[in-house]
Amino acid sequence: MSEAPVSIPALLARNARDRGSRPANREKEYGIWQSWTWAEIAGEVEALALGLLDLGLEVGEHVVISGRNRPALYWAMVAIQRAGAIPVPIYQDAAVEEIAYQLDHCGAVMAIAGDQEQVDKLRDAAGDASALRHVIYLDPRGLRKYDHAGLTAYTEVQETGRAARERLGAELRERTDALGLDDVCVMLYTSGTTGRPKGVVLSNYNIIQTAKASSEFDRLTDREDVVAYLPMAWVGDFIFSVGQAYWTGFCVNCPESPDTLMADLREIGPTYYFAPPRVFETQLTNVMIRMEDATRLKKALFHHFMAHAQRVGPAILDGREVSAVDRWKYRLGEAMVYGPLKNTLGFSRIHVGYTAGEAIGPEIFDFYRGLGINLKQLYGQTEATVFITQQPDSEVRSDTVGVASPGVEIRIAENGEVYYRSPGVFVEYFRNPESTASTKDADGWVATGDAGFFEKGSGHLRIIDRAKDVGKLAGGGMFAPKYVENKLKFFPNILEAVVFGAGRETCVAFLNIDLNAVGNWAERNNIGYGSYQELSQHPRVLETMCGHVAEVNRSIAADPMLSGCQIHRFVVLHKQLDADDGELTRTQKVRRKVIGEKFEDILAALYSDAEEVYTETEVTYEDGRKGRITATLRIQDAEVQPAAVPVREAAE
Amino acid sequence: MKDTRAAHVTADGRTIGDVILDLRGIILRFGGVEAIKDISFDIREGEIRAIIGPNGAGKSSMLNVISGFYHPQEGEVWFRGEKRPPMKPYQVARSGVARTFQNIALFDGMSVLDNIMTGRLNDMKAGMLAQAIWKGRAEREEIENRERVERIIDFLEIQHIRKTPVGRLPYGLKKRVELARALAAEPDLLLLDEPMAGMNVEEKEDMSRYILDVNDELGTTIALIEHDMGVVMDISDRVVVMDYGRKIGDGTPDEVRTNQEVIDAYLGVAHD
Repeated sequence: MSEAPVSIPALLARNARDRGSRPANREKEYGIWQSWTWAEIAGEVEALALGLLDLGLEVGEHVVISGRNRPALYWAMVAIQRAGAIPVPIYQDAAVEEIAYQLDHCGAVMAIAGDQEQVDKLRDAAGDASALRHVIYLDPRGLRKYDHAGLTAYTEVQETGRAARERLGAELRERTDALGLDDVCVMLYTSGTTGRPKGVVLSNYNIIQTAKASSEFDRLTDREDVVAYLPMAWVGDFIFSVGQAYWTGFCVNCPESPDTLMADLREIGPTYYFAPPRVFETQLTNVMIRMEDATRLKKALFHHFMAHAQRVGPAILDGREVSAVDRWKYRLGEAMVYGPLKNTLGFSRIHVGYTAGEAIGPEIFDFYRGLGINLKQLYGQTEATVFITQQPDSEVRSDTVGVASPGVEIRIAENGEVYYRSPGVFVEYFRNPESTASTKDADGWVATGDAGFFEKGSGHLRIIDRAKDVGKLAGGGMFAPKYVENKLKFFPNILEAVVFGAGRETCVAFLNIDLNAVGNWAERNNIGYGSYQELSQHPRVLETMCGHVAEVNRSIAADPMLSGCQIHRFVVLHKQLDADDGELTRTQKVRRKVIGEKFEDILAALYSDAEEVYTETEVTYEDGRKGRITATLRIQDAEVQPAAVPVREAAE
Repeated sequence: MKDTRAAHVTADGRTIGDVILDLRGIILRFGGVEAIKDISFDIREGEIRAIIGPNGAGKSSMLNVISGFYHPQEGEVWFRGEKRPPMKPYQVARSGVARTFQNIALFDGMSVLDNIMTGRLNDMKAGMLAQAIWKGRAEREEIENRERVERIIDFLEIQHIRKTPVGRLPYGLKKRVELARALAAEPDLLLLDEPMAGMNVEEKEDMSRYILDVNDELGTTIALIEHDMGVVMDISDRVVVMDYGRKIGDGTPDEVRTNQEVIDAYLGVAHD
């Protein structure tokens, strides 16, 4: 093959030929890391693809994939592509109605499920009229006594495929060779903070170009190890665990079970790592909680050297000038604190890590950078095949998202909305030409829906908020809820915050406590509590929250543009916001509108002078059953700062 | 009321086979107290057999007779078609019977993995010296046994606590570890003494799921004692009901549920 590979299966063939004996996948099973080389996975993929052909999979049909990250499911994606069909990975924790919508929307004819739970959901979701004619499952547990009409084990499909090699081999080769850059590589449903999910169609060109550019940007090689643990339905996982992995030929490692992730991470020691801010936050909170239990000497050492790391670590990482004494002390810290800590976290070998999706707190960011972990931010979305902007090494800050990724053009519209054009720009929204047209113009410019600006001097992009969320307060001041929410969420005690205020005189907020952090604090202070609800309404917890809100108000007041966004009144919610209740998206972003409607009574009380509010809420348990919880919430008045400068730019 | 059908297939596709354990006229006395009064019943291969009854009915004593811990003064225990002579508990264990305990009996200071490995001790043949040097047979055995244990860990989904000392685990997980250790012996007959005592609804649902999976996927015959009637009626194939050391009912959950004597024992009956 002289020209560059034009599809994922072609990349697989190249890797099997050029680095056939290098590991491509590992998965921990029965307590031991099992590995597969590129040559082996080429065989696995081929067997499955032949089996799919035998089951009657046609070119251009859609196949849904649902399950936790496992090598066999990644092979399935490539096998589906080899057969000329389109893989559609979906969120494994999606509710039955969501799956039903997606199955119906893409008209999936087959589904590949990780286990019994996924099989059950898929079968429930597929109505009588569904095009779904076959479900293939990976883990046979609990499925033995199911009616096997239209239900087959993954290994059995592969067996059939191997046996049918003579008969179907030529057909499969033909279909695989026919794949070109313009063919569909994958379809991914966007979680959508509003409305129905949309099926984003990405071509081989999108994936390969993006994988190539981003791998070169961070100089990734085939010696990288990544741990695949983020949802397979998410575009980021597809780019890291398939796009970049197949392009550069590095190894994708799958954890043993979702509960063993931390231990598995530590054993693998990834060199390239991606996590949303929440994962970094949780890890930091856990480290801090564990340090509380350490001996006094260890605690003192930890705090002393961590303070030093915060001060000089980022500078050393960026290659800036640092005095010889500080350098020496940092090296001592590395031996005594940073090294062992990084080892515990599984970050010993990391040379580039990314966070994205949400803003990350500066303290959290500096903590990891201080340790010498090259953690950077990127800004992207499914429609862009992830990458819009990235931070180059040595230009890393917590409040920007970096410069345009290679090959990406960016412009800011008059209303502040960010537009981009790149080789990664999606083909279309499946069966939704109106949305496609309203998002992507004829020249290929795509509206991100986010408002932002380029910072003078550094040329880095800063994102303020969702463009449609940025509104006006009744007094005319700018209302940027996300900006305030992020400031609130930087406190470890606050897990989630939702700010309201568009078209109102003042802003109010709902807060969620972080049960881990607050629970630990309660234990240390001998505060007993019987439930999440009780802890959330404890007077001393409310007191702490008042302090946090007042601090955020002080920092907001300093910004003349946003000083109107100070929180005047707030409640601490009695339940944790949850994707199962529709309050968060599957990627854990708050759906402000849904929450505002659902807790209408609380919101009304916040804008009255009531001191408390009684509320009843419907909740969905993990198994889909519904229940109701009731609570009386105390409304808190927050300390508000006078605006530094009178609110400018009233309605002009 | 005795089920005399030969091997048959249940509605959900499991095969219930021949009688594996047959208890005939068991009488167990402690001094002058008759804890078990002339009880006979059998357990068939592949079924889930429950023993229920009010407190002090003699259920645990019955289980202890089966596991060889108590020796009945009268009556016979037939195992796999042969009359079983009085045996020590370890001999019974070697013959393919494993059990869990009402009050968890694990080694608190040892890891989950080591606890479960002890379930395989009966299968280790290498001598003490060989084990200390860990060469040859000892090494082979250890690897082989570890693999079996790992499959059980996977089966019961306790990978995340593999290396955790048992003493640090919450109650529900300890119960699961105990089940794992019993399974490690690869028993033909598994005796569970109140596997769900003290659990909340969610933990009970999980445990029921695992018991059903063990029975279904591994084909293990299970005899269990349980207080929660809902659970018993849901998961058992046949139920023996005991009251004051007597057997007052025996049959499918539906048969037992409508048995007047059973209703009286459970709900109490007016004496006037």
